[in-house]
Amino acid sequence: MTRRRGGLQGTATSVLLGLCCTACHGWQSVTTPAGPQASRLDGLFWTFTAICAAIWVLVLLVLAGAMMRKRPAGAPFPSERSEKCASVVVGGAVAVSALVIVGLTLFSYLATHGLASGTADPLVIRVRGYQWWWEVTYVDAAADRSFLTANEIHLPVGRPVRIELAAPDVIHSFWAPNLMGKQDLIPGRDNAITFIADRPGVYREQCAEFCGLQHAHMAMLIVAESPTSFAAWRANQLADAVASAGAAQEEGGRVFAAKACASCHTIRGTSASGTLGPDLTHVGSRQTIAAGMLPTTRGSLAAWIADPQTIKPGNNMPMVSLSGSELNAVSAYLAALK
Amino acid sequence: MKPGEIPGDLRDTAVPAAFLERQLAIVWRTPRGVLGALATVDHKIIGRRYILTAMLFLALGGVLALLMRLQLAGPENRVIGPDLYDQVFTMHGANMMFLFAVPVMEAVAVYIVPLMIGTRNIAFPRLNAFSYWIYLAGGILLWAAFALDMAPDIGWFAYVPLSGPQYGAGKRADIWAQMITFTELSALAVAVELVVTVLKQRAPGMSLDRIPLFVWSMLVTSFLIILAMPAIMVASSSLILDRLVGTHFFNPAEGGDVLLWQHLFWFFGHPEVYIIFLPAVGMVSTIIITFTRRPIFGYLALVLALLSTGVLAFGLWVHHMFATGLPRLGESFFTASSMSIAIPAGIQIFCWLASLWLGRPVYKTPLLFVLAFLVTFVIGGLTGVMVASVPLDTQVHDTYFVVAHFHYVLIGGAVFPLLGAIHYWYPKIVGRMMSETLGRWSVGLLFVGFNLTFFPMHILGLEGMTRRIYTYQTEMGWGGLNLFVSLSSIVLAAGFGLFFLNAILSLRRGAPAGSNPWDAPTLEWATASPPPNYNFGCIPVVGSGYPLWDNAEVLAVATGLRLDRRELIVSTIAEARPEAREASPRNSIWPLLAALATTLMLISSIFTPWAVVWGAVPVAVALIGWFWPKGTAEDES
Repeated sequence: MTRRRGGLQGTATSVLLGLCCTACHGWQSVTTPAGPQASRLDGLFWTFTAICAAIWVLVLLVLAGAMMRKRPAGAPFPSERSEKCASVVVGGAVAVSALVIVGLTLFSYLATHGLASGTADPLVIRVRGYQWWWEVTYVDAAADRSFLTANEIHLPVGRPVRIELAAPDVIHSFWAPNLMGKQDLIPGRDNAITFIADRPGVYREQCAEFCGLQHAHMAMLIVAESPTSFAAWRANQLADAVASAGAAQEEGGRVFAAKACASCHTIRGTSASGTLGPDLTHVGSRQTIAAGMLPTTRGSLAAWIADPQTIKPGNNMPMVSLSGSELNAVSAYLAALK
Repeated sequence: MKPGEIPGDLRDTAVPAAFLERQLAIVWRTPRGVLGALATVDHKIIGRRYILTAMLFLALGGVLALLMRLQLAGPENRVIGPDLYDQVFTMHGANMMFLFAVPVMEAVAVYIVPLMIGTRNIAFPRLNAFSYWIYLAGGILLWAAFALDMAPDIGWFAYVPLSGPQYGAGKRADIWAQMITFTELSALAVAVELVVTVLKQRAPGMSLDRIPLFVWSMLVTSFLIILAMPAIMVASSSLILDRLVGTHFFNPAEGGDVLLWQHLFWFFGHPEVYIIFLPAVGMVSTIIITFTRRPIFGYLALVLALLSTGVLAFGLWVHHMFATGLPRLGESFFTASSMSIAIPAGIQIFCWLASLWLGRPVYKTPLLFVLAFLVTFVIGGLTGVMVASVPLDTQVHDTYFVVAHFHYVLIGGAVFPLLGAIHYWYPKIVGRMMSETLGRWSVGLLFVGFNLTFFPMHILGLEGMTRRIYTYQTEMGWGGLNLFVSLSSIVLAAGFGLFFLNAILSLRRGAPAGSNPWDAPTLEWATASPPPNYNFGCIPVVGSGYPLWDNAEVLAVATGLRLDRRELIVSTIAEARPEAREASPRNSIWPLLAALATTLMLISSIFTPWAVVWGAVPVAVALIGWFWPKGTAEDES
């Protein structure tokens, strides 16, 4: 039994490897911006880096000069003149560094101001951080146009997105460096960030505030797509779960409802309505499971359900005892929830 | 008449030198044997213990760092699981900050400052003994908990609610909080001793403008400790109350506030950086003076830079909280204040460069460490300017960029000067020189190993690698650089290993040092190496900031102190004019007993709040014993 699980895990890992290695370079990077806010931050970063590097080189040059300069043997050294000269140089250097500091503070201030421009009429997404996954709510004025999902965000390119952040348990931090700087999710406080994605693509977001055992595995993908694809995705997510297509799936649905699964997870359109774990209504349509850990395949779903504590030790999903055929059916069912 | 039994009023005026020294050695001696060792209040013995203990914790903390590098060397490694990894990184941070960095700086000061200012013992020597025992108990508590798999796993910053009653299971967070109490107690005690020693016990003539820069830096540091540490005492005590007796300081559901913790912690935590860095600054100035063979360039500017850093240090704690969602005005204020601290740092760098430029540098190991410091610390300072900018910080905060930044500041900025200072003062403490050859090799390995280990972390941070993760997925693409960093850390560890080897081998093999092997200008070099238990046969009188470089044939001395009991000179704060003769306390076992009673109370209070009540009884008994008037010389004066 153990060996089989190990094998499944191994397969999952290698599939993941193959899937991502080409696609993902720079998908969680400060220096590969995909929107105006991240671009501004990238520009600020390089401005600071250039100025700081220049200062460091200057200091090293002076240090090298001090070490290598010739010193007259015997004669009184240093002369009074060179002492005076040094005072002037040091005074000047202090004045220049004060000016540089003022300049950098100003750059920083202007950048903060710039981040807020052009962000009117945003799409509102509510993100709640749990140990160790993300609950995502698309908010709409009409209640029946709002819906709940988890561990993956889709955005229309070009439209401002306002992410409202809250944490019911401990502090987390929302960080998608290609799009915007991070912001903490703090119990008892409401935070929000607004940004625009102007390049379609898949970006990665990861929790940046230490939040316990599985802090390392609290991530999700952010899919920036054209407004039409986004509208299609949204329409699909609004709908209830798709009806089961085959015998295995139907059996899986029955197992899911009968076993402990349904007491923690919701699948809209079925009797499963637990709220402790992620909403699984369209789990098959998401690219990853377990908060960005594994690609959504039947194999990885089966591996995850069979032994969540080995894959992600300490997470809150218990190992539910299932027979081989039950496991097979449930994973088929979930994978088909597109 | 027999020495040591002289009745009446024997003074050190006009007695033969041999008799004087023999008499002082008897009065100030630490008896042989275990009891003598446990009861001693000699600042040199306690300082030596402090330094050795702190260096042991440095080595242990380094082993933890290597464990983390082993786990992170490849993606999805399973060498260390998440539970152990969380304990290891928490231990590494807490150990390095609370058991190594702050204590080691105070330890060096406990040994060197009284010698540097020409007195016979530190002020409140029994409190000094107490502070060491308490520090040792705190260290043992933390490491014993680690051995029992009960070490804190909440980060050295212990943010609530993760460390609170609901999410921090077991006793791990309580152990963290009590370890804080131990180390704060000892740090505060030493800070008070140093302030009083520096302000009231300086050798006659050592006016404020003649105080060695290391002493200035320790004075400023001690004030920082006294002002900053109470904030974390409040924080850790409130946390313990939340956990043990169900208060709700940090529980938002009951009107508490999660961010309150962060404000209290960083109001201490940021000055903490300067509590570590300022002593290092004093060490750098000391080494530069001796090895450029000239008075420092810009003494006044350097003292003012120390003071202004000390003041500014309290105005920028919020830059650790830039991602928590602050009001815009607050952001701008803390950006400006955080950046402005670069100006005093710049002044110091420029003055040191000018000293090197105008002097005749002698490239011995201590100065090589200072050069390594200049190259690396400037990088850490400049990345510090970067993280001071709110928008930029939101991108690099809690990533490996920040890990790189503060290791450049703490290792480059504080550990390199510390190792240089140990090379520098080793001959004074041990009486033998450390090997120059091994010293040069260790500087080289440390410098290369350090930069290869920590520079790539800047890039990892920009590539999205967050802090405190026990593993990362293959597809993140961080594997190569992490492997490189892990391999480089072996070079860094080798550098530290060589340093320790050198220190151990030189104990016996080092060339005898003589009283002033570096031709240094300050008073600690005016006495034998290692110094006799009374430090100075006669208290020197100082006529400049560089007394041993003055052209006098012999050092002037002050006389009139009694020889039949421990006495030292108390002088005025500004001018250091002698005001009085003051008895200095004799050896006593009570500080140890008081420390044991306090330890018992603090550790039991982890398990029941009643321990505070019942544990107070032995503490009270020990304190009564400590202060019981015995009709001895020091009581009468």
